[in-house]
Amino acid sequence: MNGRLKQILNLNNSASAISSLTAILVGLLAGFIVLLLSNPSQALGGFGAILTGGVSDRKNMGQMLYFATPIIMTGLSVSFASRTGLFNIGASGQFIAGAYCAVLVSVRAPFLPGPSRWMAALLAAMIAGALWGLIPGALKAFGNVNEVISCIMMNYIGMYLVNFLITQTVFDSLKNQSMRVSGNGNLPKMGLDLLFREGNNVSSANFGIVIAILMAILLCILLEKTQFGYELKACGFNQAAAKYAGINERRSIILSMTIAGAMAGLGGALLYLAGSGKGIDVVDVLAAEGFNGIPVALLALNSPVGVIFSGLFIAYLTVGGFNMQLYSFAPQVIDIIIAIIIYFSAFALLLKNLLRQRALTGQEGEKS
Amino acid sequence: MSVVYFLVQQTMFFSIPLLIVALGGMFSEHSGVINIALEGTMILGAFAGILFINAFQSAALGQSPEQLSGPLFGQLSGQLLLFLAIPVAAAAGALISLTHAYASIHMKADQVISGTAINMFAPAFAIYVARMLRTVQQIPFTNEFRLESVPGLGSIPLIGPLFFQNTYITTYIGFLILIAARIVLYKTRFGLRLRACGEHPQSADSVGINVYRMRYAGVILSGMLAGIGGLVFIIPTSTNFNATVSGYGFLALAVLIFGQWKPGRILAAAFFFGLLKAVASSYSGVPLLKGIPIPSNIYKMMPYIVTLIVLAFTSKHSQAPKAEGIPYGKGGRE
Repeated sequence: MNGRLKQILNLNNSASAISSLTAILVGLLAGFIVLLLSNPSQALGGFGAILTGGVSDRKNMGQMLYFATPIIMTGLSVSFASRTGLFNIGASGQFIAGAYCAVLVSVRAPFLPGPSRWMAALLAAMIAGALWGLIPGALKAFGNVNEVISCIMMNYIGMYLVNFLITQTVFDSLKNQSMRVSGNGNLPKMGLDLLFREGNNVSSANFGIVIAILMAILLCILLEKTQFGYELKACGFNQAAAKYAGINERRSIILSMTIAGAMAGLGGALLYLAGSGKGIDVVDVLAAEGFNGIPVALLALNSPVGVIFSGLFIAYLTVGGFNMQLYSFAPQVIDIIIAIIIYFSAFALLLKNLLRQRALTGQEGEKS
Repeated sequence: MSVVYFLVQQTMFFSIPLLIVALGGMFSEHSGVINIALEGTMILGAFAGILFINAFQSAALGQSPEQLSGPLFGQLSGQLLLFLAIPVAAAAGALISLTHAYASIHMKADQVISGTAINMFAPAFAIYVARMLRTVQQIPFTNEFRLESVPGLGSIPLIGPLFFQNTYITTYIGFLILIAARIVLYKTRFGLRLRACGEHPQSADSVGINVYRMRYAGVILSGMLAGIGGLVFIIPTSTNFNATVSGYGFLALAVLIFGQWKPGRILAAAFFFGLLKAVASSYSGVPLLKGIPIPSNIYKMMPYIVTLIVLAFTSKHSQAPKAEGIPYGKGGRE
């Protein structure tokens, strides 16, 4: 019996991997067709740049880690909420709320000694993100407000509020963005920038990626090894049944959104404290990192550890997209590829169930 | 008084696209399919429509000056061009919504996922194609569509300046769509069947209604209206299209819910948001508001905050179609 259970679980994992890989392959193929249609002579070179750009040298690999960090965090945010049956499309607002609070603490609290400054900044970011996730969670739990709509509203409120607050507190009017974070306000590099470099060109790799991976492992333990995680997942599978079993489903919804928000908020901090000189632009555009968390979570089929790999993969495509510009293609082709991957990952779940069913019935047949 | 006229005219520019797109969303959700791809669909509709207008306008500029000054290129041609761009936008919207329909109806996929994919695809595609065609991502157009005053009606006191001056034919098309939507949804066999598929598809199927076909119809209608809405939004508020409709698709989704999936209430909700948006974008032109020291970002936040508050109080007794978001299969046991 135990062996059979293991077999099913193994099957489940391999079916997941196959279905995600299928979505990726279809997406890449579509991207190649787009390149081929727009400029046949350069298409092969351009597509090659997408595929090899992320791993072509050590600096690009470092850049890949740098780009992966924020989207791993927003991916964790989206996937964590999904496990409780909630679609957190509000990662963008939570991300920017966290980013602002992190920059505010780092710039305005130079009195904090040593590394406690960036640590305080990360904490502030998590609290801000948590609050931004808590509101739609509470509205859902107590007012039955569709979390998709309230999250979208919170995205815009967050964006405008942060734009307003930046101009009031940490504004660099020359660049029309937030002030530069310096010294201990930034995350330590831990030698990662020197490890991932090409000649004298250091990459933007930093300690953030380590924090992101640790968070993924933490969430995995929370979901798989604790009673709290079990309750969250029970709500995701069947809310009515969870309630019947004595699980407080309101509490689960609120806490799930709060934790998801904290993850996205931390992602904002990890990007803007990365020491790459990037500031928060004061423009009326939603933070893309929040939305990019959705494909990351989908590709990982909502597994926190899977998010690490899917985040790295999307970052790898992004770096490849920069390299592809040498062949005079617009980098938006990467977004097109990602969109098509998402579209087919919607089918992937179907494929996964189909594969599992076929394998199971096949075994039954052999036995009899 | 001129301030009131100005605000009403501005409100129209923001409300009409919201109205059209929310009505589109209404058709989709009444058929049982959630369409969060409205934003992306608007972008593609606007993109196709503006590209069409741009092509004709640049063709006109390429011609000799004598022809340009002829009667054909006066007011009439402008309106005709806009009139022709509308079906182009609708076709683009319908085309992309087909992919959403296929995923959510035939493949029984999660409707939110394929909607998200379209929202991501649309701006990327619009920018990519624009850059490949013209090397820059913005598509400019000349706004030759504004009606200073509708002949005859514009000179009526009070009503003239409110509704028939400084306007666009798209405003009246919006109202026509509203009337048509109401009639179709409540007074036709199609509308009754559509709503049945969104409320209880199994019952609809049991009396011989093809649920799949009705849902396809609902989603494609929503795509057409969202495409038109995108074009209608861009024309009065901009002179070039930059692959964005500023979140209006999402706002239309909120209008739809705020309007409780009913055409009349959707109209009221659209005007409510339109007014808030109009105040946010042109408060400096209103002497009464200009004096109050509220930063522009706070004004911009208002529509979203108000939506949240309204939703918090109205969602308990939501009248959403009961089967929305649930894929339909003949073997379903629900």
